[in-house]
Amino acid sequence: MSINQLTVFVENKQGAMVSITDTLAENNVNLRALSIAETQEFGILRLIVNDEKAAIDALSEKDYLIKITEVVGVKIGDAPGKLTAALSVLDKAGINVEYLYAFMARTEKHAYVVLRVEDNSAAEKVLEAAGFHLITDADIKKL
Amino acid sequence: MSQNYYQKEIETMSVEEMKKLQSEKLVKQVKHVYDNVEYYRNLMDEKGVKPEDIKSIDDLHKLPFLSKADLRDAYPYGLLAKPLSECVRIHSTSGTTGRRVVAFYTQHDVDLWEDCCARAIVAAGCTNEDVCQVAYGYGLFTGGAGLHGGSHKVGTLTLPMSSGNTERQIQFMMDLKATLLCCTPSYAAYIGESLKEQGYKPEDIPLKAGIFGAEPWTEEMRHNIEETLGIKAYDIYGLTETSGPGVAFECSEQTGMHINEDHFYAEIIDPDTGEVLPEGEKGELVFTALDKEAFPLLRYRTRDICVLSREKCSCGRTLIKMAKPMGRTDDMLIIRGVNVFPSQIETVLLKEGYEPNYQIVVDRVNNNDTFEVNVEMTPEKFTDKVSDILAMEKSLAGAMKIMLGINPAVHLVAPKSIARSEGKAVRVVDKRKLV
Repeated sequence: MSINQLTVFVENKQGAMVSITDTLAENNVNLRALSIAETQEFGILRLIVNDEKAAIDALSEKDYLIKITEVVGVKIGDAPGKLTAALSVLDKAGINVEYLYAFMARTEKHAYVVLRVEDNSAAEKVLEAAGFHLITDADIKKL
Repeated sequence: MSQNYYQKEIETMSVEEMKKLQSEKLVKQVKHVYDNVEYYRNLMDEKGVKPEDIKSIDDLHKLPFLSKADLRDAYPYGLLAKPLSECVRIHSTSGTTGRRVVAFYTQHDVDLWEDCCARAIVAAGCTNEDVCQVAYGYGLFTGGAGLHGGSHKVGTLTLPMSSGNTERQIQFMMDLKATLLCCTPSYAAYIGESLKEQGYKPEDIPLKAGIFGAEPWTEEMRHNIEETLGIKAYDIYGLTETSGPGVAFECSEQTGMHINEDHFYAEIIDPDTGEVLPEGEKGELVFTALDKEAFPLLRYRTRDICVLSREKCSCGRTLIKMAKPMGRTDDMLIIRGVNVFPSQIETVLLKEGYEPNYQIVVDRVNNNDTFEVNVEMTPEKFTDKVSDILAMEKSLAGAMKIMLGINPAVHLVAPKSIARSEGKAVRVVDKRKLV
């Protein structure tokens, strides 16, 4: 059920990001969501893309360090309090969120949240039980 | 300026007399080593040299060299020339590729070493009226013990501070009116900066002299320290393999260090051919311990590039002088007074599951060495969590600290990001301008 996130090691220096996005653009990879966690020396870029294979091939070719991380994608309503509702479900179940990022859907009144937790299936189970709709890689491709 | 000597008869001995003394000691020493050190006896036999072939110091060139590799091969007891029952102490280097050099001392060896340090202290203008603050590390490192012993010999009041705890150093210095400071030059500079920050002017500081060594330093740094502390700063040279600091020391003229050549005979050789070079030529410095008993290294190659000169010195000492070492024949770095070999970093990386793709960056900021190690991240280690990567850096730094004795700042960097020149990674970037 979980979705694949591309995790890329980036050095925190000028031009590092643009060379990644440029490589992806050249290979027709479209970004669905992006988040970066950075320290003074390095950053960890997290990407949800429309074409995972093309992205991995293109970045590996250029010696980028890439890892696939399975994360949970959940659809939430685009209204105040909706993210809180999803997070409360996890909190009540004692599931710790390592990090998260969100993106808007283009057409419907929805947003998507990408969650990184220790145990994906536990998180998915409680979210589904609470009525949330989880998204899959197939959904991502259709976005 | 009137000159004082600790052992005037030796320090001002004529060249002829010195040569005679060295010859007598060498003949005896070679026999002692041949009889008691199987490792060196084998080297001599291989070269076809017998103790009888060594009749004077002029025959020294016939003897085989010893190198750091020999010391590793013979670890720990292979070069020991006295029974352990006659040894009273060891000292040790920080260790290369996991194996340290351990040097042994009999009471006689400790005495002659302390005499050498005493000569340095007297040459720095001190007497038993002085107060000597030893802020070199105490322990396996020779710095603390050497100057501490020398200070006792001279009769100066010794403050055995060891290194670190700068607040306490300053408090004792001011309260007990220390007149001589012994430590690494970078620590002296640091103490100086701390005093300045606390509002002390050079004239408020009781120090009149400092003996600084165990790491390379420049003339510029010397002036800096002299100005901040209001002292005269003297250089001192030594290595654990020969005993420790005090192998050579500076006098008031400050133009090179007098070698205690009645104990340590110096040669300059061509590092490629091993041929002895004439005085005044630049080459690798080689030492022969003429009368040490327990760990008497003959023709030990220091890997320091140096020049010797025997010119008349205004201080009256006739002991030959060595220039400040101008570099190394190997890739050893001296960082904060500690010997660091890139191979040690490599050993740690392999042990911890990293590829040996790294770069050491050394710089000197405010007279203190900075020490960074950049290591290329591997696919196996890479994770999507920042906290994991920071923990990896910390754990690598910890492993390096155990190996080296000093703490580097470790940065994990992108694969293939370390500069390569002609396909070969540049392992060391030393930004300190020391020569």
